[in-house]
Amino acid sequence: MEWEIVIGLEVHTQLSTNTKIFSGASTAFGSEPNTQADAVSIALPGVLPVLNKGAVERAIKFGLAVGAYIAPRSVFARKNYFYPDLPKGYQISQMDLPVVGAGALTIQVEPLSGNAKPYEKVVRITRAHLEEDAGKSVHGASQGLTGIDLNRAGTPLLEIVSEPDMSSAAEAVAYAKALHSMVRWIGICDGNMQEGSFRCDVNVSVRKPGEPLGTRREIKNLNSFKFMQQAIDYEVQWQIDTLENGGKVQQATILFNPDTGETRSMRSKEDAHDYRYFPDPDLLPLDITPAMIEAVRATLPELPQAKSGRYTSEYGLSAYDAASLTASREMAEFFDASVSMVGAAHAKLCANWLIGEVSAQLNRDGLDIAKCPISATQFGGMLARIADGTISNSGAKEVFRALWSEGGTADAIIEAKGLKQVSDGGAIEKIVAEVMAANADKVAEYRGGKDKLFGFFVGAAMKASQGKANPVQLNEVLKQKLAG
Amino acid sequence: MITYWPYYNKVFAMSLTTQDVQKIARLARLAMNQAEIEAARAQLSGIFELIAEMQAVDTRGIAPMSHAQELSQQLREDVVTEANQREAFQAIAPQVEGGLYLVPQVIE
Repeated sequence: MEWEIVIGLEVHTQLSTNTKIFSGASTAFGSEPNTQADAVSIALPGVLPVLNKGAVERAIKFGLAVGAYIAPRSVFARKNYFYPDLPKGYQISQMDLPVVGAGALTIQVEPLSGNAKPYEKVVRITRAHLEEDAGKSVHGASQGLTGIDLNRAGTPLLEIVSEPDMSSAAEAVAYAKALHSMVRWIGICDGNMQEGSFRCDVNVSVRKPGEPLGTRREIKNLNSFKFMQQAIDYEVQWQIDTLENGGKVQQATILFNPDTGETRSMRSKEDAHDYRYFPDPDLLPLDITPAMIEAVRATLPELPQAKSGRYTSEYGLSAYDAASLTASREMAEFFDASVSMVGAAHAKLCANWLIGEVSAQLNRDGLDIAKCPISATQFGGMLARIADGTISNSGAKEVFRALWSEGGTADAIIEAKGLKQVSDGGAIEKIVAEVMAANADKVAEYRGGKDKLFGFFVGAAMKASQGKANPVQLNEVLKQKLAG
Repeated sequence: MITYWPYYNKVFAMSLTTQDVQKIARLARLAMNQAEIEAARAQLSGIFELIAEMQAVDTRGIAPMSHAQELSQQLREDVVTEANQREAFQAIAPQVEGGLYLVPQVIE
């Protein structure tokens, strides 16, 4: 019998505030060690935390974006454990009353194998709560010693917890990507995974269909979508092998090693999960008023789902195209800017080029749309020349390559390379006449019923025009003249 | 439901065992000898007895409090107010190197 995979995610997103969650120290990344570790960050005795309004607003913004319940009153709690990068001996987090309650996120899943079609799925979000990040341990600084940098300590985090709604690595990755796109879309997190701004913990278990949930193992701190997929694939196989060989899965926290592609259990102390949460007496309950929620709502941009719906209804794009164009805010903005240059009537042309040629070239160069060497203005300028018939699709590809590597404007490239297509009826008729005269035998064969030769004439005429003939017109003229 | 501390259920047992105290001491990283454990057990049990008395009060219909004061949290504007004071802070640290605080090696 088949195994069913059950996956839930906990994602730590660093909020893009200027300052820490409980103090006015800067959160800028990459500064000299401990230069942003103020008295609160290093937990000097007598200091008190004061909550950052910017962190609360970002949490509300996320809650609104996923249609979640925003708690009118939430409470901060202490999560107690000892580790040198946590100087207080506890992390301020939220436990029973988180700021954001249940919501949902719609994801587009691209199955990883076979010919399965992409599909849509709704993943339920359990909750999201505010907490502070810990510092960083620097190993091997000195023999037998560990260095501690507390610049990151106190950076605001929004921990977003999903329901165990995902049943494959593809779905887990799709959810993580959708969430990553969303937090960047609404501007609450920079999403920089290398710098640790977006860190995923993945809970994985397997079971036979219809049976209760199996024991889960938690893969900690995945900071790339590729590693997430590899880690889940490996872990699922490990759990299935273990169970099929008569073993039992023990609840554990595990790490993924990208070099070996394997997961391994962290050495966990017996009391590791006895956090003894209790309400933090240093912080009063956080009250969020309807006015505060409305003020944040006013700053929300058009969300991906609404935009995607508008693309299908206003521009007649397919659901798949609309989803691709709203996969990131930068992509959607690039599309909007290009459409505004060529007009809504040519939105489909715009979408085809963006999803096709532009995405393929970005992939080849390992870039994302934010780093696209062609601006939306340059791109729109080229599309406008396709739309008005100045250049053919193949001519446009040449313009595109030149824009990509050398820059400039489409018009200048068309001029310099002589790509303007011949749409002058007289000129095309002349070419057709020449081609027919030079191939009288084939004309006779064609007229004798050998229809397949039509392609030969198109090719020959196009070649004679040096590829510049307007293909639509050329076809029409050829058909007419060959018919005799 | 409040699920904060596993020892709350001890309230009904009215007293802690020596093992309970040893576990609490271990979690708090406190080294305690037998006499200290016994003394702490008596004191902590006394605290739980007090809690038990409070638990006996009928609080149905009263909204739970998470703080002794009926106030709500003031928010701070998201503006940098703290300057770099690393030198001053590290002057009182036992050991530093290259701007890092040094601690005995931590192995994962």
